[in-house]
Amino acid sequence: MEKVDENKERAENKENEENKESKQNRETSERNRIVIPIGPQHPSLKEPSSFIITLEGEKVVDAVIGVGYVHRGIEKACESRTYIQNLYLIERVCGICSHTHSTAFCQGIEELAGITIPRRAAYIRVIVAELERLHSHLLWLGVAAHEIGFDTLFMYSWRDREKVLDVLAEICGNRVNYGINTIGGVRRDIDSEMMQDTLKMADYLEGQLKYYLDLVMTDKVLSARLVGIGKLSREDALKFGVVGPVARAAGIMDDIRIIEPYAAYDEIPVNPVTDTHADVFGRTVVRIKEMLESLEIIRYSVKNIPDGDIAVKAPRRIPAGEVISRTEAPRGENIHYIRSNGTDMPDRVRIRAPSQANWQGMRHMLQGQYLADIPITIAAIDPCYSCTDRAIVVNSESGTEIMDWQGLRQYSIEWYKKRGIDVSLVKMPERKFYA
Amino acid sequence: MIKQRIGKIINEAVKNFFRKPATISLAKDKIQIVKNYRGKLVYDPANCTGCGMCVRNCPAAAITIVNEGTKEERKMKATLNVGHCIFCCQCVDSCPKKCLSYSQNIDLASFNKEELKMQL
Amino acid sequence: MVLKLVKILIFPGFSFLAIYGMFLEYLDRKIYARIQNRMGPPWYQPLADFLKLLGKEIIIPADSNKKMFKILPIVSLAAVASAFVYIPVFGNTSSAFFEGDLIIVLYLMTITTICMFLAGWYSRGVYATIGSVRTLTQMFAYEVPLFMALLAPALIAKTWSITGMTAFYEEHPRYILINIPALFVALISGQGKLERAPFDSPEAETEIVSGVFVEYSGRLLAFFKLSVDCELVLVASLISAIFLPIMTDIAVLDFVIYLLKTIGILIIFSLMRSIMARFRIDQVVKICWRYLTPIATVQIIINLLIRGLLTL
Repeated sequence: MEKVDENKERAENKENEENKESKQNRETSERNRIVIPIGPQHPSLKEPSSFIITLEGEKVVDAVIGVGYVHRGIEKACESRTYIQNLYLIERVCGICSHTHSTAFCQGIEELAGITIPRRAAYIRVIVAELERLHSHLLWLGVAAHEIGFDTLFMYSWRDREKVLDVLAEICGNRVNYGINTIGGVRRDIDSEMMQDTLKMADYLEGQLKYYLDLVMTDKVLSARLVGIGKLSREDALKFGVVGPVARAAGIMDDIRIIEPYAAYDEIPVNPVTDTHADVFGRTVVRIKEMLESLEIIRYSVKNIPDGDIAVKAPRRIPAGEVISRTEAPRGENIHYIRSNGTDMPDRVRIRAPSQANWQGMRHMLQGQYLADIPITIAAIDPCYSCTDRAIVVNSESGTEIMDWQGLRQYSIEWYKKRGIDVSLVKMPERKFYA
Repeated sequence: MIKQRIGKIINEAVKNFFRKPATISLAKDKIQIVKNYRGKLVYDPANCTGCGMCVRNCPAAAITIVNEGTKEERKMKATLNVGHCIFCCQCVDSCPKKCLSYSQNIDLASFNKEELKMQL
Repeated sequence: MVLKLVKILIFPGFSFLAIYGMFLEYLDRKIYARIQNRMGPPWYQPLADFLKLLGKEIIIPADSNKKMFKILPIVSLAAVASAFVYIPVFGNTSSAFFEGDLIIVLYLMTITTICMFLAGWYSRGVYATIGSVRTLTQMFAYEVPLFMALLAPALIAKTWSITGMTAFYEEHPRYILINIPALFVALISGQGKLERAPFDSPEAETEIVSGVFVEYSGRLLAFFKLSVDCELVLVASLISAIFLPIMTDIAVLDFVIYLLKTIGILIIFSLMRSIMARFRIDQVVKICWRYLTPIATVQIIINLLIRGLLTL
């Protein structure tokens, strides 16, 4: 008890001293502050996003995060396309985790229409989802290594990612945006040759991944750059509601594959991967271990895939209703909300990509860091900007204001008119969609 | 505590130095694509009834099929705008008569925007 | 007189320096690429980059000090070129030498770093300013161990001239072995001097874009890049001349040995670049002052003792 009190006292004394010092230094320190913009265009950002960083020397005092440069209005566009067309639009929400988005969308519609997909289709969905997780995490490992100036690891992990992409192209027909999901199942069957290639790739990758895990654990320079960076403790992680590897690195098991099994995950054993480091190092370890886990899932599902059909016929018009569908994207929990009004087009689609949840803790993670650690801290949540971006009009005079589609269009025309461009005269090319 | 070392990747680095590069020279070598890769569409007008399912389901409004002949003597013409096409091959799945299929042709770049509109 | 001018301007002076600098850049990039399992650039890539930059438009920031902005790349290149004159390349004597040229070379080497600092400072950009401050911070970190390591062999040789040192070590090749710790320090702090990974935080691409060069473009950038290439040759030749003075007295053979030595040092530099992540600037300072400076100091003390023993 005494010791604790002593410690407390000491801490208080230290705090008081610091306060005094800070009062004296406040003027000088405020004069020494500089504000630097990282983004919208910056080599460390793979997509446009703006971080206004206030620096004191090399230390970050404050960070203002601005997202919204690549808002594409996919949710709105979904409302004017049929469900079949939307499949391919939803797949393009994210270039890396496209399969998980289309799985969530298909699952929701299948639930609305009341159809159950064949088991074989569910297994194929799982195989593609895990392959996608592999390539996404390998991509992340490369990007993270590049952000800390370790280009050799960057090239190695991207070289190995190429093997996963080859298997994906063989199974699905494309390297990204696989287009394998359809409402009621999958579009392509998996044959024995593909299974052999997948297993061969898994064997190769296992060796590589174990090497990377060993490298991250034992390389002194890597740990000097990763340990203690971007701390987000368990309490903070819960407070900010982060998901995926960021939460799992803080010891929170939020894997949807285990909590709420979808597709064939109820039959496949999935071991949870968590870590207690709660920093960038922990996130790296969690991601590499997750990849090893993915390999096990792929092996299990390739060996235990049942025979049968790969798809059932789905109706063109989906019964009215609303549904929430969750999947585990490589970056965390992915939520789709779909409302149908009984026609062949959805009434409303709402996508909450995992990056959107992870942005909330970013400012907290950046504060107190060195400038040199900003890129890796941002990269550590594996941000996907275009999935995340939303449009909201914040008018400082009249508070927040919600605009409807027509109002928004009028606003954009006037916005451009002020800058001397009259877009109302521009003839839009006629793009006809059959209802 | 695990023993840590500086520059642990050096063994792999030296090993890779003597290995054949994983990349290829784009100017000299040809890109290998896998067997099932979705490339440019192939159209076989023999069985086409002009039902328009492919046109209806196309997410990018890239394909159009018109009947230039009469109702009895059909003369179907399909136009594909490869600039719009996203190579999802939903039209191949949608076609009830299996008139559409995909090839492994992926060299479709062009300097001219008009050339992207291809007659299938 | 004419011979001297040819020596300084063409071979083994400035023209050779520029061409060899580009060649070493190519070699560096190729080794780096092959280590990473990539193809790497074709042999003419550095020259093509240089020529392309020559033809590009020069954009000078409105806020910058325009005179300094234009002059600094040339000064930087001139400093490296004049330092190179004092290093023996063809044969065992350099184009020009006098007692104390080692100190001059070290100071000329510092000028290029100062030029980079000023270039960043005068271009007034945020990234450039941070880059220039980091350049200066890093200079204070590596300069002491680098200078101590390079001056330590001179203590035994009892001369401050590079040519004189080469001659001394040629006569007493056993003393080369004493300087091995200094060679180790010089290789690492030389990497810091050249601002290459893992000590590239002054121009860290993912943090501050490219640091001091961020506002530079066109011809000015081309000259800066050339001066960086030449600096690579300078540091490699300096280390090879001081620590590996293997001579045969046949000029052509010496030249071949010189090429082999510098390429060998470059391979070490490239390997160092590829096996480590970038250090933060505070880590750079810590490494240089906590590990490298003590080693260099011990080396100096040992060399002083040996020198004392020699005079006895």
